[in-house]
Amino acid sequence: MRERLALRVRERIVRLATDGGCFLGASLSCADVLVALYEDFLELGSGWEDPERDVLLLSKGHDVPALYALFVEKGWLPAARLARHLEPGSGVYWHPNRSVPGVEFHSGSLGHLLSVGLGVALDSCLRASRVRVVVVLGDGELNEGSIWEGLLVARAHRLSNVFLVVDRNGFQANVRTEDLVPLEPLAAKFEAFGCAVRRADGHDFDALGVALAGFPYGSDGPSVLIADTVRGKGLPSIEGRADRWFCNFTVGEVEALVVELHGAAEASLVTEGQIVR
Amino acid sequence: VSAATYETALRDLALADPRVVVLTAENRAAIRGLPLALGKRFVDVGIAEQTLVGMSAGLALRGRIPVAHALATFLTMRAFEFVRTDVGIAGLPVKLIGAVPGFLSEANGPTHQAVEDVSLMRGIPGMNVFAPGDEEDLLLGLPHVLADPSPWYVRFNTRRAAVAHGPFTPGRAEVLRDGADVAILTYGTLLTEAAAAVELLEEDGISCRLLNLRTLAPIDADAILAAAAEMPLLVTLEDHFETGGMFSIVSELLVRNRVSVPVLALALPARWFTPALLPHVLAEEGFQPVQIAARIREALGRRA
Repeated sequence: MRERLALRVRERIVRLATDGGCFLGASLSCADVLVALYEDFLELGSGWEDPERDVLLLSKGHDVPALYALFVEKGWLPAARLARHLEPGSGVYWHPNRSVPGVEFHSGSLGHLLSVGLGVALDSCLRASRVRVVVVLGDGELNEGSIWEGLLVARAHRLSNVFLVVDRNGFQANVRTEDLVPLEPLAAKFEAFGCAVRRADGHDFDALGVALAGFPYGSDGPSVLIADTVRGKGLPSIEGRADRWFCNFTVGEVEALVVELHGAAEASLVTEGQIVR
Repeated sequence: VSAATYETALRDLALADPRVVVLTAENRAAIRGLPLALGKRFVDVGIAEQTLVGMSAGLALRGRIPVAHALATFLTMRAFEFVRTDVGIAGLPVKLIGAVPGFLSEANGPTHQAVEDVSLMRGIPGMNVFAPGDEEDLLLGLPHVLADPSPWYVRFNTRRAAVAHGPFTPGRAEVLRDGADVAILTYGTLLTEAAAAVELLEEDGISCRLLNLRTLAPIDADAILAAAAEMPLLVTLEDHFETGGMFSIVSELLVRNRVSVPVLALALPARWFTPALLPHVLAEEGFQPVQIAARIREALGRRA
């Protein structure tokens, strides 16, 4: 069941939010979206070396704990390696990198992987291949001009094998998107750039399943799925809070959050929020 | 029989290797015939240098050899972080072709002056920098650039050859003339002027060694250190800011090897150059052969 897998993924994410910490809020918001993409959409063929596998690019980057947690649950990444999070030489740090099998490209600087994805998509077209490219974007990341530049180019080259999935959790790093650089009406913006757009509850697996099954949404350009999500989803004590972006809790707090994740009362958090990195 | 040009050379390399994809950010001057020749393997992204570079990285990730064209300024500066982060960190075999670098931007003005491109590109770990002295030099190096599995920046230059070139080896400078009084180190645009200046100096009995560096990264440390050991004067001649280019490379090399020798830096001081057609730029900035020769004579303490 998707929900149970997502819960295990969330528990692994939460356990990374200590001893150096991680970008907890953004990782929790896209956890369900990533579970849905890997369970219900991506065709990975015989594995990471298969040239015909679909390619997922995590453009927002700091949500990589969700990806790693899912990879552990899928058996693709040893739990022992994730336990070495932030250790020198472990290759498991705050942003994705290709030393981890299954990570298709590194990210961290926002607004890069749409254009990289367009290159993968173009290669796919040149080879008359069925490879599809999913680019997971943060909504704050949509501030970057390179995203909109890339969409113009994608449309110009009719790259309909590109699938943008926006983790619409409503936050930049520490400020609500609509309070800083408003994005709405977001679907209309994408449509104006030649994309076919759908919107779905990013925590509802039925809705996500339907939205993913509908790809491609058009034949002339990229498809965009705006997944409405909640930052920190699953932990009411940090949900939707501007100050819970990067989180570095005590071990005790993390244990309380894990309990909270499984339905107990909200954890009592003493560690200050608003750690900006 | 018409002589090979950059366009025909690139066309032939691309036709021989299906991995090659030619891209441009609407900078088609040197590759006008390639859309027809290469079909879908010619991709024009429009005026979008960041997407050009990111897309090239994505193509390279899939085993392609992207050859990406844009004006040198916009390729190396507008898209710098994409070059550094997507191409550089991954060490992908993207070939960046920067048009009208250095003085070749002529009358465009400071916005178009790539006079810090060598500095920026050589600062990226694993990035190779090829600055051909003319079109013949460019064509000698091009097959190596495409065949090499690492990223390259090419300081595009199709000036007509004023010298005869030997075979190209990355990281190896070409000794175009040997002499005993002064070693002139140059690359790219000013090779033509350097060769003419050498003729003037030789007429005055000043014996010159002329080195065409060809690649700034990797750099031919042996050739530079040998010149430092054997010559009373080194001259670094470049249409680039004095900081960050060949003068800096030579300085780093000499300090690292505890060598102290007189070095005359003929480069652009910390300002942009006067926009004009190339002959006037050279005159205004002091890079006509006669001016170069005079500055070298002065450094040697000789009169014309």
